[in-house]
Amino acid sequence: MSSAATLSTRSIAFVAATFAFGGFAIAPATAMATPAAAPSAAPQQQVLKLSSSLPRTGSANAQTTTMVNGIRMAIDEVGGEIDGYKILYEDMDDASPQRGNWDPAIETQNAQKAAADPTVVAYIGTFNSGASKVSMPILNRAGLAMVSPANTYPGLTKPGLGEANEPQSYRPTGKINYFRVVPTDDLQGAVAAEWSKELGAKKVFILHDRELYGKGIADVFERESKRIGLEVVGFDGIDPKASNYKSLVVKMRASQPDLVYFGGTTQNNAGQIAKDMRAGGLKAMFMVPDGCFERAFIEAAGAANLNGNTYVTFGGLPASELTGRGAEFRMAYKKRFSQEPEAYAVYGYEAARVALDAIRRAATKDRAGVLAALAATKDFDGALGKWSFDENGDTTNRVMSGQMVKDGDFVFVKKLGQ
Amino acid sequence: MPVETALIPAIAADPGLSPAMVMFLNYLVIGLANGMIIALIAIGYTMVYGIIELINFAHGDLCTLGAFLALTIIGALGMDQWSGAAGWAGVAMLLIGAAGFCAGLNWIIDRTAYRPLRNAPKLTLLVTAIGMSFILVNVALFWGGAPMSVFGGGNQAAAPKHFPSLVSAANLLGEDSMVMLTAREMLVVGVTLPLMVALTWLVRFTRLGKSMRAVAQNPVAASLMGIDVDRVIGATFVIGGALGGFGIVVYAVYNGSISFQMGYRTGMDAFTAAVLGGIGSLPGAVLGGMLIGLLRAFSDGYLETRWTPTVVFAVLILVLIFRPSGLLGAKIREKV
Repeated sequence: MSSAATLSTRSIAFVAATFAFGGFAIAPATAMATPAAAPSAAPQQQVLKLSSSLPRTGSANAQTTTMVNGIRMAIDEVGGEIDGYKILYEDMDDASPQRGNWDPAIETQNAQKAAADPTVVAYIGTFNSGASKVSMPILNRAGLAMVSPANTYPGLTKPGLGEANEPQSYRPTGKINYFRVVPTDDLQGAVAAEWSKELGAKKVFILHDRELYGKGIADVFERESKRIGLEVVGFDGIDPKASNYKSLVVKMRASQPDLVYFGGTTQNNAGQIAKDMRAGGLKAMFMVPDGCFERAFIEAAGAANLNGNTYVTFGGLPASELTGRGAEFRMAYKKRFSQEPEAYAVYGYEAARVALDAIRRAATKDRAGVLAALAATKDFDGALGKWSFDENGDTTNRVMSGQMVKDGDFVFVKKLGQ
Repeated sequence: MPVETALIPAIAADPGLSPAMVMFLNYLVIGLANGMIIALIAIGYTMVYGIIELINFAHGDLCTLGAFLALTIIGALGMDQWSGAAGWAGVAMLLIGAAGFCAGLNWIIDRTAYRPLRNAPKLTLLVTAIGMSFILVNVALFWGGAPMSVFGGGNQAAAPKHFPSLVSAANLLGEDSMVMLTAREMLVVGVTLPLMVALTWLVRFTRLGKSMRAVAQNPVAASLMGIDVDRVIGATFVIGGALGGFGIVVYAVYNGSISFQMGYRTGMDAFTAAVLGGIGSLPGAVLGGMLIGLLRAFSDGYLETRWTPTVVFAVLILVLIFRPSGLLGAKIREKV
């Protein structure tokens, strides 16, 4: 046992290092990649493929399941075939169980896999803006079109709203290959601030989860709040894995905000913040962006902590408010899956439809042809209304909505940002 | 709770608290409560390390399963409707249930995974513990997907789960008091302190405690003296697991939510506490836990929240530079 002392000191150092990296480094190796849903292709027929990359493990799963359902519905609508090309679909997971959330290593693998398969003509994803940061340059080099049903971080497409080198850093070839069907956070954060003012807030305390999406939208909220005369009494990034935020609540309470805004997602502990606010006697309103617009948020927070005082903005309309083709989608969805689609289901459906439409219009049925056709999308008659892709790849659709939590459920309050 | 009611008038009667003082007291209460929870879990790390020099990575995730068991019991008995005295009785049931479960499971883990490797190199044991941790995390993920209403009907296995508040969050110092002291903090103290006293007594004065100390010092000599080393190690895992079970139920009631990943973070805090206090030392684990709880609370309050993990680890590094064996870790050198 004479070497015990030195051994133990060394093993502590090793162990500390392992512990620190364990959660990250080991995660990808054990991650469950969802197996490809690829049926054996008919030998004669030519094949084109859509791949989606969404977090299928973790609390976003309920949301992404309905999105994948939406994508499948869009493919089934065209009969799984366009101009004699069979349309295949692969549902990839970009989350790992260790993170319970999207994982950069897995998103990279997914993008590389899609890039390496020449039959893939469109990549539907990602869900989280941070994940697109990882996959955009890879797919850009491969010349593969990417349609995101859910990314709202402005810097991915709009110059001047993110970091100095955005969005050029995601476009190494200089060409635009990334499109999205949702309005961006610079719009959503701004309407959230305006809505806060309408709700009677004068002092706001802003929190964020230190992620691309959460901090981005919180920054916009702060800028807009100051512009329209709200007093910003605090701006702080939280530790998204902390066991509680009780001392943060004490600090917030001292500055007596009328409204607390959290830029972040359910996965990054939005529910715990609401819970600690109510337990800590902070009676301010609570407002969150669309990253919390899912049932999991209410379940995590406990409905009693949200009822009547929690507001959620969403860069679109909830399924129940859709009209025309969108309402048809909702009916068909309910009929086929016997449940209400989650908020982003229709965006999954729309992303797949616009991609399929581009395949139909493409002069040559390959990546370059589909990419050119997507970029030329004009006055697309979609489930979300009539819209086009602008020169940055953003949708021209600007309709947003505000909801609040009542009796343990989201209730539509009004259209915002019009 | 006669003790708490006796204390309250003394504090509440003092209206002359400045706002800065009020905030300080709040941070203090929150820090101590969080620290005690960390300490309970840290003991599981430090006891096992003290006796077989294994950092038992699976400990935090073992506790997670204890929390999932507690939530399952709540769902099965409809306990989420319980409040008042029934709520306290419910908490007592959960404490006993989770502690028993974690103790038993920890014994089984030792028996099946670690004991066959008793004479293997330490790194083998360490990697086994990491593997065990992954197994337990995934069991929790699967468990969280069980089709029960308390788990959101099972469709959201990975979402944080709401843990019903069995204990009232009303301020014991009166609704007007800006200093918050609730029955939940009392629960933390009421569970932690007696357990610490009992553990100290067990290690110092019982035959089992004496055997544990003997095995920690020199397992070969201990077995030559007629001590059944495997039985003593098994008992250590049982005790560490039970304390973890108590700790995690207190955690769940105090914070009001659990998730399959909670063990990783809780375990990391507890492990840090154990190293800070001097791994292998029981009072060290408690001291380390309290320090981390207080550091977190004050850092959240006086600095920005995003700096909190940096502050905690900066203090850890400083302590390890000047006292490499931790704050109270010097005595462990007897081992050599």
